[in-house]
Amino acid sequence: MAVPDAEPTTPDIMLAFYRRLYPFKSIFTWLNHEHAPTKLFTHREFAFTLQGDVYLRYNSFANADELKKQVCTLNPTRFEIGPVYSARPRDKKTVRPAAFTPQLRELVFDIDMTDYDSIRTCCSGADICKRCWTFISAAVRVLDRALRDQFGYKHLLWVYSGRRGIHLWISDREALELTDEQRRALVGWLTVIQGGKEMHKKVNVRMGLKPLPPSIASAYKMLLPVFHDLILDDQDCFASEEGWQALLHLIPDKDIVRSLEDKWEDDPKRSSEDKWQDFEDEIERKKGKGSAILNAAKEDIVLQYTYPRLDAEVSKHRNHLLKAPFCIHPKTGRVCVPVDPRTIDKFDPARVPTVSQLLNELDKLALPQAGESAEHHADWERTSLKPYVEMLDKHVMGLMEETRKSKQKMDLSW
Amino acid sequence: MQNRKEQQRNLALKDINAGIVETHSHLRYPYRLNFYDKPPLEDITIEEFETAALDRLRVLAEIESCFARNRTFKEMQTVILENVCSKYLELNRTSNELKPLDDERRKDHIGHFVLRLAFCRSEDLRRRFVKAETTLFKLRYETEDSLERVKFLGSRNFDWILASPEEVQELVPSTSSEKPGNYYKVKWTRVPDLVEKRRVLMKRGMAYVPAAEQASIVFQEFQAHLEKALEATAKALPRLDEDTRLVPILDNLSKGFQAGVSSEWSGATEGPDGALRADMIDEMAYKHFPACMRNLHMCLRRDKHLKHFGRLQYGLFLKILGLSIEEALAFWRKSFSSIQDDKFNKEYRYNIRHSYGLEGKRANYAAKSCQQILMSDEPGPGDSHGCPYRHFSADNLQSALLTMYGEHGLSSADMPEIMNMVKAKHYHVACTRVFEITHARQGVKKGEGVGGGESVTHPNQYAARSRELAKKMEEGKEADGDVVMQG
Repeated sequence: MAVPDAEPTTPDIMLAFYRRLYPFKSIFTWLNHEHAPTKLFTHREFAFTLQGDVYLRYNSFANADELKKQVCTLNPTRFEIGPVYSARPRDKKTVRPAAFTPQLRELVFDIDMTDYDSIRTCCSGADICKRCWTFISAAVRVLDRALRDQFGYKHLLWVYSGRRGIHLWISDREALELTDEQRRALVGWLTVIQGGKEMHKKVNVRMGLKPLPPSIASAYKMLLPVFHDLILDDQDCFASEEGWQALLHLIPDKDIVRSLEDKWEDDPKRSSEDKWQDFEDEIERKKGKGSAILNAAKEDIVLQYTYPRLDAEVSKHRNHLLKAPFCIHPKTGRVCVPVDPRTIDKFDPARVPTVSQLLNELDKLALPQAGESAEHHADWERTSLKPYVEMLDKHVMGLMEETRKSKQKMDLSW
Repeated sequence: MQNRKEQQRNLALKDINAGIVETHSHLRYPYRLNFYDKPPLEDITIEEFETAALDRLRVLAEIESCFARNRTFKEMQTVILENVCSKYLELNRTSNELKPLDDERRKDHIGHFVLRLAFCRSEDLRRRFVKAETTLFKLRYETEDSLERVKFLGSRNFDWILASPEEVQELVPSTSSEKPGNYYKVKWTRVPDLVEKRRVLMKRGMAYVPAAEQASIVFQEFQAHLEKALEATAKALPRLDEDTRLVPILDNLSKGFQAGVSSEWSGATEGPDGALRADMIDEMAYKHFPACMRNLHMCLRRDKHLKHFGRLQYGLFLKILGLSIEEALAFWRKSFSSIQDDKFNKEYRYNIRHSYGLEGKRANYAAKSCQQILMSDEPGPGDSHGCPYRHFSADNLQSALLTMYGEHGLSSADMPEIMNMVKAKHYHVACTRVFEITHARQGVKKGEGVGGGESVTHPNQYAARSRELAKKMEEGKEADGDVVMQG
């Protein structure tokens, strides 16, 4: 069942959220990597989406307080974070165009459930449920592992996008410094699913008949159980005629396709599990000649149905804007909270707090004592937002430690 | 044999490491290959300055035109090194001691740096210059004597580490039977092209580059180095503008490069039977268009609309075919029959006029070549531009081709041959073959291509040749009153 689009937000709710709950301090240190403001924050672009879809680009701020002040004044429905430019974005109009170029930027990824619409059977479009979340969690596990093991990145922050997807922000110094060309190369390395709707077979990663490249072979190992549990069992992807026809398009042997087609047409009730078994039996029978091709095709099918589907454009360019963590998704009212990749399988989008739920929690608490300031900076500590902010703070600690170490090194080198 | 070569190479390496490369120490330029790390510092006459640059420019322009013609690297080796370089920019191997090696190399050195000055001025020029120069370097590198190459590589620090056998063992899947070869370890960010194509192994941010791909590190380094140097030169250039002798030469050079010697179809073809009119296009498409344009035309008729890149690809093609702006506006207005007048005027008229150079920056846009259609602006879902041979799935392509060309003599018996070419990614060869088959009635034989064995490199070339053949046939009929038919 799809998660209901809980409650649309109102400007009042948003303002209360920004004033009392949004963790500006944590977001500031996350972007800035240390306590004193640096270019990493002051030259950073923020873009606001106001009520009525007015879009304000090229804002920048001196510190966290200034950001908070502006957010509370404009009361945007959401705001996005862009790159660090060579000049302060708010001065864009006064500097030469050539002197205003993106310099640094977290390496970001966006995985969106809509890219899985052709294979998921439980929901479609903007809907998401616990069942289709499994596609996302498989993608997260594969990407998280590849980026850490192969590229050596350490500071990965996964953030639920508030409705049907997940974002990843990598803040390692080396990741910040990647050029667009390098970002494109990295995306190319990770991309396996390619081709538009006119192309049936979307996995073409082998050179000739060689085995899968090692990086993809290790992803395949992680994804094989997912294929069985999710594609065959849970989603039952090959149950409908459309579903199994899609599968047949991917089998490179005409005889097998014909015999399977006959069999499945006669018995429309065969489950996906049975159909997959039929295919494997056919491969077994083919032994020797041609079985290498078929086994390769089999692996490719598993990948086509389970490998992460990236929105590549987001990652390729430094100047792409991405919604800030802890924003509220305007349609669902849910907070874009950080997610721990180690427990991603247990994450349930339906249990992410909504903004009105959080404000209710605050209201239930004792009213502020007389004399105490009405505006708390850390009210989130008294709501169910707490574990999520703490998760971000812990992530930030790692970044600050890194900055401290590199500064120490610089000092020693004198 | 293999072993002896290996030994030689090791010996050479040892020499280099010990810093005792004595073999050709009498040369000021000991290596044929040059990374152009240092500019020439001696006095250069103005004539030398100009000739070195002009001659090099010819070579670079020829390289660009090779790209425009979709020539393979192998073909380029013959064309550039044997035909062009030997005339303008001879550069002999070190073993060729009778030749004036130092003079040749000095000319190569000077020419490169003069052109840097000429081409650092705009982003576009820089990009083209880097591409052409890197290609020239590659051509030379690939044809260099392997021993010389090793020496050259030893003369410069490329900052790579040979991975230990243990490291490699860990990375290469144990199932592969062949013994893993040597791997060079570099930061992955230095070899993005190899990473993008998954030609390396990756571990903790290091790319392990197989020895066979070592050249790629060198090329990448050459390119990155040149890009950086050009940007630095661009910043320093204003200070040079004082010199009134050099600036005119440099201006001239960059203009020469911009004009280029390329096969771009930038002038409209003369209509053989007067001007082309909007209402002639249906027939024209049916008779003369290549598959990409037939497809766009069919989509346009079916959907009464084309998306942006489709309009661009088809519109520019029609422009070069000879469709005037008035006729083009009429054609598109009629074709988008389900769109209201004011919407058309607001959203599409400007674009059409723009592509004719009548709006905006008023550039005279050339029609897209096969290479551009194949390589850029990949069609997304819902798009109908691109090259059918490349962007259609196999079964869709076959049925599309048979629908388009069934009445021109293409039959399903021809399909396996065509599809094999497509599978081997020789899209232009497949297109050329379709041209031959569908023009067999006009006497085109297999292997003749679009004339003289040339293959299709531009949709307009395809259409032009097809019209030419039809016209010839028409004239033949009129001339002797006989119907000329070929077997």
